[in-house]
Amino acid sequence: MTETLRLRRLAKHAVLVITGFVMLYPLLWMIASSIKPNALIFRDPSLIPSTVDLSNYAIGWDALAHPFTHYLLNSFVVVAGAVLGNLVSCSLAAYAFARLNFRGRRIWFAIMLMSIMLPIHVVIVPQYVLFSQLDWINTYLPLVIPKMLATDAFFVFLMVQFFRSIPRELTEAANIDGAGHGRIFFQIMLPLSMPALATTAIFTFIWTWNDFFSQLIFLTDPDMYTVPVALRTFVDSTADSSWGALFANSVVSLVPIFLIFLFGQKYLVKGIATTGIK
Amino acid sequence: MTAIGELTALRREKKADPVRTRPVREKPKPAERNDNKAALLFLAPWFAGLFLITIGPMVASLYLSFTDYSLLDSPEWIGFGNYVEMFGDQRLLASLRVTFIYVFVSVPIQLAVALGLALFLDRGLRGLAIYRSVFYLPSLLGGSVAIAILWRQIFGNEGLINQVLSWFGVEGAGWIADPRFALGTLIVLNVWTFGSPMIIFLAGLRQIPVALYEAASIDGAGKFRQFRSITVPLLTPIIFFNLVLQIIYAFQSFTQAFVVSGGTGGPVDSTLFYTLYLYKEGFANLNMGYASAMAWLLLVIVGGLTAANFYLSKYWVFYDD
Repeated sequence: MTETLRLRRLAKHAVLVITGFVMLYPLLWMIASSIKPNALIFRDPSLIPSTVDLSNYAIGWDALAHPFTHYLLNSFVVVAGAVLGNLVSCSLAAYAFARLNFRGRRIWFAIMLMSIMLPIHVVIVPQYVLFSQLDWINTYLPLVIPKMLATDAFFVFLMVQFFRSIPRELTEAANIDGAGHGRIFFQIMLPLSMPALATTAIFTFIWTWNDFFSQLIFLTDPDMYTVPVALRTFVDSTADSSWGALFANSVVSLVPIFLIFLFGQKYLVKGIATTGIK
Repeated sequence: MTAIGELTALRREKKADPVRTRPVREKPKPAERNDNKAALLFLAPWFAGLFLITIGPMVASLYLSFTDYSLLDSPEWIGFGNYVEMFGDQRLLASLRVTFIYVFVSVPIQLAVALGLALFLDRGLRGLAIYRSVFYLPSLLGGSVAIAILWRQIFGNEGLINQVLSWFGVEGAGWIADPRFALGTLIVLNVWTFGSPMIIFLAGLRQIPVALYEAASIDGAGKFRQFRSITVPLLTPIIFFNLVLQIIYAFQSFTQAFVVSGGTGGPVDSTLFYTLYLYKEGFANLNMGYASAMAWLLLVIVGGLTAANFYLSKYWVFYDD
């Protein structure tokens, strides 16, 4: 390798490392701040704290009406329902779009694609009216039932893409052997579609975990608060002196996402590359 | 193919000669059977969702937008009252201004950074996977309340930014508290989440055949010429896709402005995103008719911009067929 090439490569790595460091600095700083005594957060911007002080976590954990575990569990309940709902409903719909021959398929498919881009604000007011008439406000039903009805069309699309890549010969052979669509779907398509199902589960997890808008609207009872809504009330009630505890809770709230990022990266990257999910 | 690619394909297919294109995309199934019944079963949840959760509420909100409705009383028909009121509503106009600045400043910068770094991450670069992960992580976290809280602190009076500035003897501003800068902090936050468009760019770049570059280089084309004549044209569909999606997303931003401004959209409405104002009108003031009219205006704006994007795409997006 010539000298200039090597230098150029080195410079490139330098740019990438510096950019990456600048990007991650706020996150690292938040973690570092969460284990510093409050008095030091604003005086000492370094990443390596002189003393490790976990008292912020203890304070943050009990700073709200319920221990933070309560909100974490609430969030997990919503997330579990949403993941399950999306997996079932979106894969069913996707099978029809990918493999069945029915009237108006192209039109329904186009409608499905367009619904991906529909801003939730256009439907949120009537949804609120509907759900409050059903007495569903302050339950998790408004957050979970729509997922059971495949309203996250992104995942329908993602699975349509995946189903299309499964060789037709496989399902046609089963068809000749007398298998109906139900059996083909459950015994051939789903087992072959684990990567797409994993991607759907992972993205649903992250979106639902981070979702603030609909949880803010449908959950007003502090007992029912999920993590984002609880964190938000914590901000409002926090004096500048207890930022440490606020950071501690924020860090805790990001841990599940971070774990998914660590272990599910393969699916995340594939999922974005094929559908453009955020 | 991406969702937008599919839509474009559907549209182009319709325009194109049906005899020529149909058999290619829509391969006739053996025996051309009809699965109407099975499809109805498989699509039952989706149909229910489409009509009960999406189209029904859409129609209802269109109706509500012509009424005065506060959830407590029944809706009262006022014709175009809400729409007329919107044009004279200074806060609404302010929120539109804020949102447009946010979208049209942050999205181009975000995409430029995403594309720049994607180009940097060559095939076979050492540590590629690690760089990619590091750049991608913020876009997973960026929409959360926790990150909005962090932002509020970083750009606070005694926040991280001002601490760093003070090392250089520069006295920073109260970024969040200053109406001149508050929106800027949110733009920075959106740019920070460039990771997901970057990954889409990376996937697009990997699809460009290496043979094209080899041939060009044999013909004597330099790096820049290759970039201009191969990379850019072949990447335009991806740029288009990212542009359309990120504009749609950015218009709907809510969490960051809500948390950073403590739910007010302040200081002096400088972070009053359109969706934030819609939320306040609809769910804090219970002006649900007005909020519905605002929602429809949002739909018209986003739909119009998307349509314009599609229309303009034929002048610069390159499809190789």
